[in-house]
Amino acid sequence: MLEIKNLHARIAEDGTEIIRGLDLTVKAGEVAAIMGPNGSGKSTLSYILSGREDYEVTEGDILYNGESILELDASERAAKGIFLAFQYPVEIPGVATMQFLKVALNEQRKYRGEDELTTPEFMRRVKEAAAELKIAPEMLRRPLNVGFSGGEKKRAEILQMALLEPKLCILDETDSGLDIDALKVVADGVNALRSPDRAVVVITHYQRLLNYIVPDSVHVLYKGQVIKSGDKSLAHELEANGYADIIEAAA
Amino acid sequence: MNMQQAIKMTAAETALVDAYTAQIGDLPGDGAVLSLRDMLVDELKTAGLPTRRVESWHYTDLRTLLRAVPSADPSAFADRVDPIVPGSSVLSVRNGQADLKSVPEGIAARSYTESLIDGSAVAGLAVLGADDAIGRINGGLVRGGLEITIAEGAEFQAPIEIQVAQSHGQAHTRFPISFGAGSKATVIERHLSTNAEASFVSSVSDVTLAEGADVIWIIVQQQGPADTHLGQIRFDLGKSAKLHLFVINAGGKLVRQELHGRASGEGADLTLRGINLLGGESHTDVTFTLTHAVPHTTSSEIIRNVIFDRARGVFQGKILVAKDAQKTDAKMACNTLLLSDEADMSAKPELEIFADDVQCGHGATVADIDHTQLFYMLARGIPEKKARAMLVNAFVAEIVEELEDDEALVEALEGVISAWLEKHA
Repeated sequence: MLEIKNLHARIAEDGTEIIRGLDLTVKAGEVAAIMGPNGSGKSTLSYILSGREDYEVTEGDILYNGESILELDASERAAKGIFLAFQYPVEIPGVATMQFLKVALNEQRKYRGEDELTTPEFMRRVKEAAAELKIAPEMLRRPLNVGFSGGEKKRAEILQMALLEPKLCILDETDSGLDIDALKVVADGVNALRSPDRAVVVITHYQRLLNYIVPDSVHVLYKGQVIKSGDKSLAHELEANGYADIIEAAA
Repeated sequence: MNMQQAIKMTAAETALVDAYTAQIGDLPGDGAVLSLRDMLVDELKTAGLPTRRVESWHYTDLRTLLRAVPSADPSAFADRVDPIVPGSSVLSVRNGQADLKSVPEGIAARSYTESLIDGSAVAGLAVLGADDAIGRINGGLVRGGLEITIAEGAEFQAPIEIQVAQSHGQAHTRFPISFGAGSKATVIERHLSTNAEASFVSSVSDVTLAEGADVIWIIVQQQGPADTHLGQIRFDLGKSAKLHLFVINAGGKLVRQELHGRASGEGADLTLRGINLLGGESHTDVTFTLTHAVPHTTSSEIIRNVIFDRARGVFQGKILVAKDAQKTDAKMACNTLLLSDEADMSAKPELEIFADDVQCGHGATVADIDHTQLFYMLARGIPEKKARAMLVNAFVAEIVEELEDDEALVEALEGVISAWLEKHA
């Protein structure tokens, strides 16, 4: 589903190279965890996949279902089914959460040539998904993410993911700032979306989240490259010994 | 003895003086009103329109900016249009003439022309000071308007829309309006143009709130793309009176809207909210002064400007707290979204405080669309054009939503804003 080939990318503004020859393949149905120390390029990778314009790809390619997405802007990638759950969901005062959800959902449908959802059908879907994630209806009446607690913001991200039904979900440090109860709710939400035609990329600094969202593959990112890949046992190894040994072995 | 003519008049100044001269003998007024008009027009001749050297006109050099004034056309006719909020009571003034055929129940209204003729208008015609160019032009040339009295304790369910419509030429109107003690009403002072021909419009509202009156006053300026609009509202707030003053500028080529108020009674409260939508080559100036004259009065001002293209915005806000006005609480903010490199905003918030036990503050910000917010919306599949429009709308909608008690009103004002944005963004 996702093939990243010899990707090189830099910050557009100052030319700092962050991704330096990254290769990664994630198949449909797979949950891939990307781990790495701070500054290894994890968040940058999530932004590049979703099309943030602050970064420039200088070499290599990103294929999604066999096609390069480098020429697509962020909204087109989203409409094709790529979803980024933000590490820091953005507050947008003046835009009601419900209105935002409805516009996003219907713009994506329009792009794909599908009919817009009727309001009752939309409401039904939101209510259902919100109940699963223990999101109170009052929260949805507030402006988007404004005044939400850290945990509420992360749950709202997963709610958006459930409603938009993406094919490739990228979770950027979704566990940061969550207590154990909130973490379970979020993990349950993600696990409910696991399916043979959907891939999930979990970006995380710690192994903790991977106890709840069990990955099929684990990849260690360091200085903008995948330096080691393995199965879930690699995550446990990292938890026990830290990154130093692997970094040394790769050097 | 005639005063020495001090300046060489510009085309616009000449046109204004000519408009006056052409109407001598025809302009309504008793002896006192007519001699006051003479004096005001003489001042205009002598001093000319204000330039940037006059402090309160520093950012709006009217003498330079006002290149031409269309001549008055007595045969001009503007159609009545539907009110902004469906179901409003409409008081209509078209091309400067009040239509008294349909005065809603509970409102005592008479044509301002009558007040000019019987001379009762003379006190209100005085200018606010030497730099009151709007008061001067309007006082010299005003022909009509409405004088409205809202009875003590009167309450209105539906908004009252004062619809000031203009097709072309000139119109100069006045609206002295008094709200009786304990009355409660929503008034929409709406200025609109029925076509794209140039108009020159001046309008002065003189609003008095007696004890405990609770008024929402909304100025909606929707003049045409070639129009000059010189508006002024003067307001006086009595004991515990509450005024929510809302200004939406969504039209005009050259616009100056002045708001001059005084909190005269203890417990008086002013909420000022302004939304200025600017595009093309337009110039819009909102100038606000408020005097907290007595103790325990409060005010809060938020102005939001959205500026596209090569438009220029100006906000001047001056809050004066008198020596005796202890426990005043006043907060003023002016936030601007500049959406083009050639757009421009000048903001000048000022506090003059003579009391020592007060809470006052002010601030001004200028920014572009927040790129993180924009990316977030794109990442959810919202195309860039739509995402930008939503963010611009959100920037101003936040303020409209404060009127949440009246859903129909919120919806109507949001409609005015989104209609403008669809045309210009």
